[in-house]
Amino acid sequence: MNSAYDVSHFLAGLMLVASFALLYQDRILAVLRTFAVQAIILALAVAWEAWVQDRPHLFITAGLAFGLKGFVIPMALHRMIFRLGIHREVEQVVGVGLTMLFGLGLVALSLSLTLKATTGAPSLAREGLAIALAIILLGLLMMITRRNAVTQIIGFMSIENGLILGATGARGMPLVVEISVAFSVLIALFVFAVFVFRIRERFDTVDVAALESVRGDRQ
Amino acid sequence: MLPSLTSFLGQGMQMVLVLVLAPGIAGLTRIVKARLMRRRGPPLLQPYHDLHKLIRKEAIIAESASWLFRVAPYLIFAFSWVAAALVPTFATGLMFSWTGDVIVIIALLGSARFFQTLAGMDVGTAFGGIGSSREVMIATLAEPAMLLVVLNLALAAGSSRLPAIADHFVAQPLAIRISLALALMSLVIVALAENARIPVDNPATHLELTMVHEAMVLEYSGRHLAMIEAASQLKLVMYISLIVCLFLPFGIATVNDGFLAWIAGFAIFAGKLSLTAILLGVWEVSIAKMRVFRVSEFLSVAFIFAFLAIMLSFLTQEVLR
Repeated sequence: MNSAYDVSHFLAGLMLVASFALLYQDRILAVLRTFAVQAIILALAVAWEAWVQDRPHLFITAGLAFGLKGFVIPMALHRMIFRLGIHREVEQVVGVGLTMLFGLGLVALSLSLTLKATTGAPSLAREGLAIALAIILLGLLMMITRRNAVTQIIGFMSIENGLILGATGARGMPLVVEISVAFSVLIALFVFAVFVFRIRERFDTVDVAALESVRGDRQ
Repeated sequence: MLPSLTSFLGQGMQMVLVLVLAPGIAGLTRIVKARLMRRRGPPLLQPYHDLHKLIRKEAIIAESASWLFRVAPYLIFAFSWVAAALVPTFATGLMFSWTGDVIVIIALLGSARFFQTLAGMDVGTAFGGIGSSREVMIATLAEPAMLLVVLNLALAAGSSRLPAIADHFVAQPLAIRISLALALMSLVIVALAENARIPVDNPATHLELTMVHEAMVLEYSGRHLAMIEAASQLKLVMYISLIVCLFLPFGIATVNDGFLAWIAGFAIFAGKLSLTAILLGVWEVSIAKMRVFRVSEFLSVAFIFAFLAIMLSFLTQEVLR
């Protein structure tokens, strides 16, 4: 039983490290690759939970995470990055060190919060929830600190990774909900893509700082 | 034999061992690097010859140098040697191990660095000043990470003494521990930075503007330079044996096992040491040196990993209680 915990702890910890790598990276293709790696680790973690807790429907979730978020979404974003011509771009991330320190604070916050709130729950669920909350907060932090619309999309997707991790550690969502979440993320990707190309058409850049100076009534 | 006598003998052998092996390890890394670049490279014994040559040569001292400049090399060498003596290499339970734990080792290395930076600024050349200021910048970022790693391991083992930590991890059943993996990565990054290895500093550079360690010792010559070279080789061996002792402690003998176990411990330690030296060489040719301003980000990764490791092991402890 202890090795069951060890492996799931290991995979969840790796996902957390991947979240920090997302905060650290400033090359856009490297960010994308890190995101794909995180999704694949998520798939492994979910598959491990399915095997350990003997809940076969989680294998479908794992498969969805592996196929959609490990390959389909990164490939779509990859094409998008090349179409936008920003694949060589090095993003100006202000204060990587400070951001990561802030991220550490968020991890500490989510650990202490979740551990206090879930006393008495089974250990795998507590563990999953604590790390999931940390990943969600780190994804939010990434969306705040980035100025490029595409990396903000990746931040959003990594939030969803955290959600799935939390859901599998706990009692679990019904399968219908999980599948619909997975596909709604896919839909969200299309919406984002259309939106990003519109921004690009309008302002000749995907830097969201350009949006700040927009006045709706002019022009 | 008396137990205190064996531990004394073991300690003496260890101190001689690290001193004798240190230039060889530096030479091995150089050979691996040269061969991977399709050069022949210097022979394995070249660092020994270099030290011998430097000791015989005349030491030239700048006119503006103070007494500190002359004393510093010996102090640096002594600090590094004592630090290397405190890390168990082939056996645990040596005599000095009761006098100091990991924090003492960090403090010793800190003192050595203090004198090195002072000596770098002593003559008053610009490069020495640049080197010293960069060295201190690297140190302020690396030391907290190192202390966190040590804290993490000490919490797991219930002691900050190195032999106790090594014994604790030898006794543990094999398990996947992500917090230990993160601590290992963090310590490796710190070791690369502290030993002036490639992503942070280039040990073979001849361009003054990119130097850190070399810039500080630019004014030294003769026996003083020999002392400093020997000290930095000792420091490399110390860091490797620290990593090996903390994370790969299998095959380490205890001092009362008798001479046969000592010899086995020697062989295993020499094997681990040369394997690490080869890995270091491979790592150094496969990566480029960073800009100095990227170094702070690189080292902040070490800090983040060490902190994450502590939080994850805390989580495990809370959840499994």
